[in-house]
Amino acid sequence: MSVHDIPATDQESRPGEAVRRHTVRREAASGPARRRLSDLPGWLLAGTAVLLLLAVWEAIVRAFSVSEFLFPAPTRVVQALVEGFGNGTFGKHSLVTLQEIIYGFAIAVVVGLLVAVWVSSSRLAEKTLLPIIVVLQTVPKVALAPLFLVWFGFGMESKVLATALIAFFPVLVNATLGFNSTSVEQINMMKSFGATRLQILARLRLPSALPSIMAGLDMAVVLSVIGAVVAEFVGSQAGLGYLILASNTSLDVATMFGVLVVLSVIGLILHYIVVFLGRRLTFWSEENRGRNVAP
Amino acid sequence: MTTTVMRFDHVVKKYGGSTLAIDDFDLEIGDGEFVSIVGPSGCGKSTLLKLVMGLEPLSGGAISYSADARSVSAMTGMVFQQPLLLPWHTVLDNVLVPSSLQSRAQRKADQGWARELIEMLGLEEFAASHPYQLSGGMQQRVGIARALLHDPRILLMDEPFGALDAMTRDQLTMDLLRIWETDRKTVLFITHSISEAVLLSDRVVVLTPRPGRIADTIDIDLPRPRTLATINTPEFGEHARRIRQVLDGTEAVTS
Repeated sequence: MSVHDIPATDQESRPGEAVRRHTVRREAASGPARRRLSDLPGWLLAGTAVLLLLAVWEAIVRAFSVSEFLFPAPTRVVQALVEGFGNGTFGKHSLVTLQEIIYGFAIAVVVGLLVAVWVSSSRLAEKTLLPIIVVLQTVPKVALAPLFLVWFGFGMESKVLATALIAFFPVLVNATLGFNSTSVEQINMMKSFGATRLQILARLRLPSALPSIMAGLDMAVVLSVIGAVVAEFVGSQAGLGYLILASNTSLDVATMFGVLVVLSVIGLILHYIVVFLGRRLTFWSEENRGRNVAP
Repeated sequence: MTTTVMRFDHVVKKYGGSTLAIDDFDLEIGDGEFVSIVGPSGCGKSTLLKLVMGLEPLSGGAISYSADARSVSAMTGMVFQQPLLLPWHTVLDNVLVPSSLQSRAQRKADQGWARELIEMLGLEEFAASHPYQLSGGMQQRVGIARALLHDPRILLMDEPFGALDAMTRDQLTMDLLRIWETDRKTVLFITHSISEAVLLSDRVVVLTPRPGRIADTIDIDLPRPRTLATINTPEFGEHARRIRQVLDGTEAVTS
């Protein structure tokens, strides 16, 4: 309960508005709290929304008998998925693309972190390399995919490297930011207890940078999926990107949608692996403190 | 006077070539002596400790100190204004940071002593907690335990209670007195609180602001052990008034 009097002196006196005494009284609400739809768990609400959307899609396709070559119904897409995985084509092509994504992502992470360490621990490297990197970042990397095809051939190498190039920049930029975010006081503290440069890097700057690094990895993993598919579009004999092009030429739109679903699932799983790892590793960060994720 | 442990020999510190932060700072600290440096903010008090630890280069003069220890970094223990704990480590691991920087074996050997320190500072229940689960006062206690891990002969404290509320401050001041009484380390204590300086110290050095010069050195001959009740004695008030007078004098000069 609180009582609040508005002092008359604080009020601008306007004609026709006399100053009166106001009283505010607050009490605990009586009766049970009202249940709202938004009190339900998020996954349930989002899941229901998706199911509703699919139902509407299905209904529209059936009601207006939309051509399967333009827009296949969800049931038709599911059918294509079952067929695709049944005869092994989806599995085979998924494995190729997944390999490209993971190899490309791994190269991007290793190289990105190494360059970030270099840039953030050498004033000279920072001054010469960082401007170059910032400029290079604005180059649309996917536009280089045809060049990679010429350099590294039609095989998996060109796709892995194109993926790595696209995923490299968010890793580098976020890791550099993270490494540079360590406070001078913390570094002085470590020095006062006799820490070497390497120890400061391994035991202070690297863990301090982890929240930022994990944010970079999350961006990179999503970009890796895009990179692999685009690289396959440019020229390939296998992979989900190749499958999209192939089913497009044969007007098998249901299979195309099926591939989209597979790609989304791959992206989602990789994203959640990174998020899960991130929460595990940075349980102490301000963002994660409330989550109860301490090991 | 006992043997000299730390000597400041006409120390000068300039920033950016011209701005004088510390000028002609000359001081000798004896073994087991508790010396406070008091001064208004911006007088370069904290700079002195950075110079001692080699975190900033000197512009002139010299600083030397000697003590028995197993390594150079184990000679001194430093407590900072902020707790500066590593958030991903538990309380125990934070206290053990100085040892873990030496070797894995050293870290293992010091574990028992670290637990003792944690207990001495009243944190035994929180040994496995992480810093973000602790209050500011508790975090600073961890910082003090960490500084004591090597059992250094020299303790450097940079306004360690400056960021705490008044009650926590009193508690930690008394804890520090208690710990210091057990094995009289040489302490160089930086503060802007006159009463804190008088209560803790054998000697108080008053610094002038911009540039930091020694305005006066005041011996505090209050009997030990001291308690919070010491603050209410007329002798305490007399010392505090002296220091206040010197400080007021320095401000009059600059304004």
